[in-house]
Amino acid sequence: MALDQQQVRDIADLSRLQIDEAQIAEYQKNLSNILDLVDQLSAVDTSAVEPMAHPLDAVQRLRADIVTEENHRDHFQQIAPQTENGYYLVPRVVE
Amino acid sequence: MHNKTIADISRDLAAGEYSSVEITEHLLTRIKQTDHHYNSFITVSEEQALAQAKAADARRAAGDADAWTGVPMAHKDIFCTNGVLTTCGSKMLSNFVAPYNATIVENFNNAGAVSLGKLNMDEFAMGSSNESSFYGAVKNPWDTDRVPGGSSGGSAAAVAAQLVPGATASDTGGSIRQPAAFCGLTGLKPTYGRVSRWGMIAYASSLDQAGSITRTAEDSAMMLNVMAGFDAKDSTCMERDVPDYTATLNDSIEGLTIGLPKEYFRSDLSADMQQQVRNAISEYEKMGARVKEISLPNTHLAIPAYYIIAPAECSANLSRMDGVRFGYRCENPQDINDLYKRSRGEGFGIEVKRRIMVGAYALSAGFYDAYYKKAQQVRRLIKNDFVNAFKEVDIIMGPTTPTPAFKRGEKTADPVDMYLEDIFTIALNLAGLPGMSISCGQVNNLPVGLQLIGNYFDEGRLLNAAHQFQQHTDWHLKTPDLKNLTGI
Repeated sequence: MALDQQQVRDIADLSRLQIDEAQIAEYQKNLSNILDLVDQLSAVDTSAVEPMAHPLDAVQRLRADIVTEENHRDHFQQIAPQTENGYYLVPRVVE
Repeated sequence: MHNKTIADISRDLAAGEYSSVEITEHLLTRIKQTDHHYNSFITVSEEQALAQAKAADARRAAGDADAWTGVPMAHKDIFCTNGVLTTCGSKMLSNFVAPYNATIVENFNNAGAVSLGKLNMDEFAMGSSNESSFYGAVKNPWDTDRVPGGSSGGSAAAVAAQLVPGATASDTGGSIRQPAAFCGLTGLKPTYGRVSRWGMIAYASSLDQAGSITRTAEDSAMMLNVMAGFDAKDSTCMERDVPDYTATLNDSIEGLTIGLPKEYFRSDLSADMQQQVRNAISEYEKMGARVKEISLPNTHLAIPAYYIIAPAECSANLSRMDGVRFGYRCENPQDINDLYKRSRGEGFGIEVKRRIMVGAYALSAGFYDAYYKKAQQVRRLIKNDFVNAFKEVDIIMGPTTPTPAFKRGEKTADPVDMYLEDIFTIALNLAGLPGMSISCGQVNNLPVGLQLIGNYFDEGRLLNAAHQFQQHTDWHLKTPDLKNLTGI
């Protein structure tokens, strides 16, 4: 299945990825090749097959609803790009 | 000292032949002198390694040592190591000093192992040649114009170059077995859920599994003894007993039934590759094994199914790399969207971006059933092929890769060429089965890997079969001519 260049720009935007305009054509070609590869699946009859999410069909293990982790905020924030008073700083979101 | 196996070093340390500090210093010096030929390490943690070695020697002096006390090794840079740079081969994490240890790193620390540092890899484990690392390509010690395989290329090159006796690695579509094959080594990918994934930076969570690359199956068993086990921090880790994998290595394989999938001996597999693998199977017959042809009819669907499931899961997993809490952030973001898009656009390499985009597309509104659900249905068909085969045979064997190590740049023009490299390895990840690669021959002086596929949680039998082969042949003892390159 071939993507057009606008679809590539839309997917990049959806993925929150800045892509150079000069590289769009290369992405278009490579992503279209990958989609051609995976399109082989569409020929397979899977109407009676249950989708498989876990190789051993295991289900989510539950535990008691009690606190097991301590607060490591200060430790984790040491590697953050920008923090202030225990908060992560980003450009203004709400005007 | 550097050509010794983990088992050798363990015995030598117990016999007092040398101390942990002595072998650690020896290997650190060797890394400094020779790794520029291979680029296998991203970080050498000399200070921490020497501290661990001293502590191990002190434990031994106090009479409190066991198999791993003071034995050197190294970790793939996908495993978080507290206080040590953990890059996952990416610019995105080029400043990420992990604030905690992965469970398996903790396990090796508790066992008394000495970690020499962090090994190079394809960026976020996406690749089959170790050419996508932000830290540069890794070179195959057998021929430095060739790739070591990927994504655990640094783990394989470091062991083949005799810089460490063994290394941790991870395998999502073949990333342990293919580099082990290309470098003439022993690689083990355990059953999905056998080893904790906690602290292993996630690529495709339903496929990722940690394992090892070593010279011998005996060393592989020693590594799995440390890694395997239940971990409450990984909700997909299975609650099952862990046997002593070294205890069954010497069991007889008389009567073992080996299945040979006809789809793995295709007419386009070169005659040389076929011959090496057939020779290995003949060795097994001499040891008393029986051979039976089987069919895995959905083999051709494994790569297409993988390239939906893995990108879909990676697009979700890598959304945490957003320039806010850790990792790379772009300069002077104009607004929050600019911060996300430029941090990710600048921080990720091209192959990672491609896979995120394929995944985002496959999961986007209106396409989910056609792609992700379809791939999960095909995944069950692939699993059922193996379930049916294991009703008739104990173990499945075939080639690990279609060719020996290829040259750098040979498969980078079209990503699909690189994807096809994993044709024999990828189905195991989809099925969640354990697999190994052991060296079984050479073509044009390059190692050829024999893949061994086991039933769920049957790692003991895999290791037993691999060890017995290594007791009867010497392919695992063959090493590249390192002196030619390094002079030492």
